[in-house]
Amino acid sequence: MSKVEEATAVTAVTTRRNFLRSVVGMASVAAVATPLARKTATPASGSRNTIQSTPAQQVTAVDGPQDPLERMRADLARALQKPEAERRWVMVIDLRKCVGCTACTISCVAENHLPPGVVYRPVLEEEIGTFPNVAKRFLPRPCMQCDNPPCVDVCPVGATWKRSDGIIEIDYDQCIGCRYCITACPYNARTFDRGFVYNDESYVDNSVTFVGVADAEAYEMAAPYEYGEERPRKDGRSPIGNARKCHFCLHRLEKGMLPACTTTCIGRATYFGDASDPDSLVADLIASPNVMRLKEALGTEPKVYYLQ
Amino acid sequence: MNNNNSWKRILWLLSGVGFLIGLYGLYARLTLGHTDANYGSYIPWGLWVAGYVYLIGLSAGAFLLSTLVYVFRVKILEPIGRLALFTAVTTLVGAMVLIFLDLGHPERAWRLALHTNFRSIMGWMIWLYTGYFILLLVELWFASRVDLVACAGNPGFSGRLCRFLSFGSQDVSPERAAKDRHTLRILGTIGVPLAIAFHGGVGALFGVIGAREYWHSGLSPIFFLVGALLSGGALLTFVTAIWGPDVKSEKGQKLVLLLGQITLGLLAFDVLLEWAEYSIGLWNAVPGKTNGLLLTLKGPYWWVFWFVHLGLGVIVPGLLLALRGRSISAITTAGALIAVTFLSVRLNFVIPALAEPELEGLRTAFTGPGLTFSYFPSVSEWMLFIWAISVAALIFLAGTQLLPLTPKEA
Repeated sequence: MSKVEEATAVTAVTTRRNFLRSVVGMASVAAVATPLARKTATPASGSRNTIQSTPAQQVTAVDGPQDPLERMRADLARALQKPEAERRWVMVIDLRKCVGCTACTISCVAENHLPPGVVYRPVLEEEIGTFPNVAKRFLPRPCMQCDNPPCVDVCPVGATWKRSDGIIEIDYDQCIGCRYCITACPYNARTFDRGFVYNDESYVDNSVTFVGVADAEAYEMAAPYEYGEERPRKDGRSPIGNARKCHFCLHRLEKGMLPACTTTCIGRATYFGDASDPDSLVADLIASPNVMRLKEALGTEPKVYYLQ
Repeated sequence: MNNNNSWKRILWLLSGVGFLIGLYGLYARLTLGHTDANYGSYIPWGLWVAGYVYLIGLSAGAFLLSTLVYVFRVKILEPIGRLALFTAVTTLVGAMVLIFLDLGHPERAWRLALHTNFRSIMGWMIWLYTGYFILLLVELWFASRVDLVACAGNPGFSGRLCRFLSFGSQDVSPERAAKDRHTLRILGTIGVPLAIAFHGGVGALFGVIGAREYWHSGLSPIFFLVGALLSGGALLTFVTAIWGPDVKSEKGQKLVLLLGQITLGLLAFDVLLEWAEYSIGLWNAVPGKTNGLLLTLKGPYWWVFWFVHLGLGVIVPGLLLALRGRSISAITTAGALIAVTFLSVRLNFVIPALAEPELEGLRTAFTGPGLTFSYFPSVSEWMLFIWAISVAALIFLAGTQLLPLTPKEA
């Protein structure tokens, strides 16, 4: 059974369950199930057996109406069947759900083997009030993948551009490392890879014995798969000396996987998908009245939306 | 003349020492890449970019003043035409060395020419600089041709160099000299818009960045041009007093006095523009837009603005030029002060714009080298900067010894 079929099967079961719940008066659950009801058009017979045979999916089915990850994976699989130019990748971050754990930041570092000084998705913290009456607000900040990206036109050698699916890409082999694009980004979303490594002497505290240092070093030096290219980190070769930024884990998307930050978000606060698909979860979410984007007045038209 | 000779000895010494200790900066850059520098992800441009803007400004300013000789034919300035052109060449070389080594991948600099994105102002730069550099060399050759032919007969290295640089030209007839002057006028006339384009372009390179309120002003290109004229004019005043016609002669004295007056006028105009920038930026302004300016005036490096720029770069030389405008030594000192301290203006333009986070929480969101909004150049950054300046100075000093940069009677 293909991924799409599996996801549809999950949807079918959980939707039936929600229907029963709504019958007994659980109005709130019914509200969540409403957008999912669209997917019941293709119920797969024997789907219950499929779920029971895979423990991981069983957990998600029990957990709630439907894990948004499952729906997003189905959305992603559908989007990948369309031509690139017809996809419109967007990210939605629900600030009410973000607990500031920074799992997304770290998973991004791990996924892309980011060195010290390079970060694609920091989580900004804002403290409101004075002690002891303090509240905290968190704001994860990936690259906004602007529809009108100020970083693209300034590149003197055309090493960065907007793809037809809206993701802003950097060609590490063309980039000369002038950092003009870094200055042009209104969100500080681009960083400069100066060639540091975490396992360098200056970072490792020799007075403490760490378990697994050798493995960590091997992992750090192993090539990440950004833009689907293998680039071992050595001899000052690119991406050392380049501008770097979040690319919505393009290399994962192309393999049918959600961005690392989305799958690792413990609060399910990060959503990802193809906004040009009216049946996608993100298409529903960006139609919410409580949606906002950063620095809207600049006209950069970010493709990262926040719910608040 | 003794005074001049001691200045020359000091400058040779300073440049030589600067070149030697600066080699450490070059070594660090070549072996450690960018890891030994203090700029990074949030402040991606540092001393080297500011130093490049500074040197390129000196070059553009010196060149534009040379056009007074070759385009507008201001007779009194004629003896320093070639000095001005040579100053422009050497400072341009220093600027190119700095910005080349500032690149993350200098080995790909050729892409600037072969893969130019003309929608980027930086894309235009490579072509404007190349055109400007060629124009400077050709103009300098035409301006020196007759004297190169003359000194080709000299014994020693200087004579051999003159013979080589005259490229076989031997015609020193008045007709040919008049033809040269005509050619120079055409070249200078092409050079004026070129110099305005490339240095105004550097200002525009910053000015178009809408993300940085501090840079994003229509005044940026104008500010850069006036700054170039002022710093280049001040440097040329100093250079003229040391290497120009004898300041004890009436002609030499008049020349330095005139340059002093030009510098004072340019200083006043530059201060006016600066006042416009700061007063409009700060008066009744929205706080988010004033941060960069306030950082310059009250930030951790407030003294760069108040002491280095305003004190040593404006007030002291301004008073020297206004009150002791007939003293050659006062004018020389004022010229040197403005020319040297103008680096602070360039630093105060480049850095504060980047030292303000685009989103406030970024200061503490994720830490690491370069993920900081404070910046002071590292030792190796200073060393490489000193090295580039010294290279430019040594080429200049060697040129004054070996090439006919001033008319023989001077």
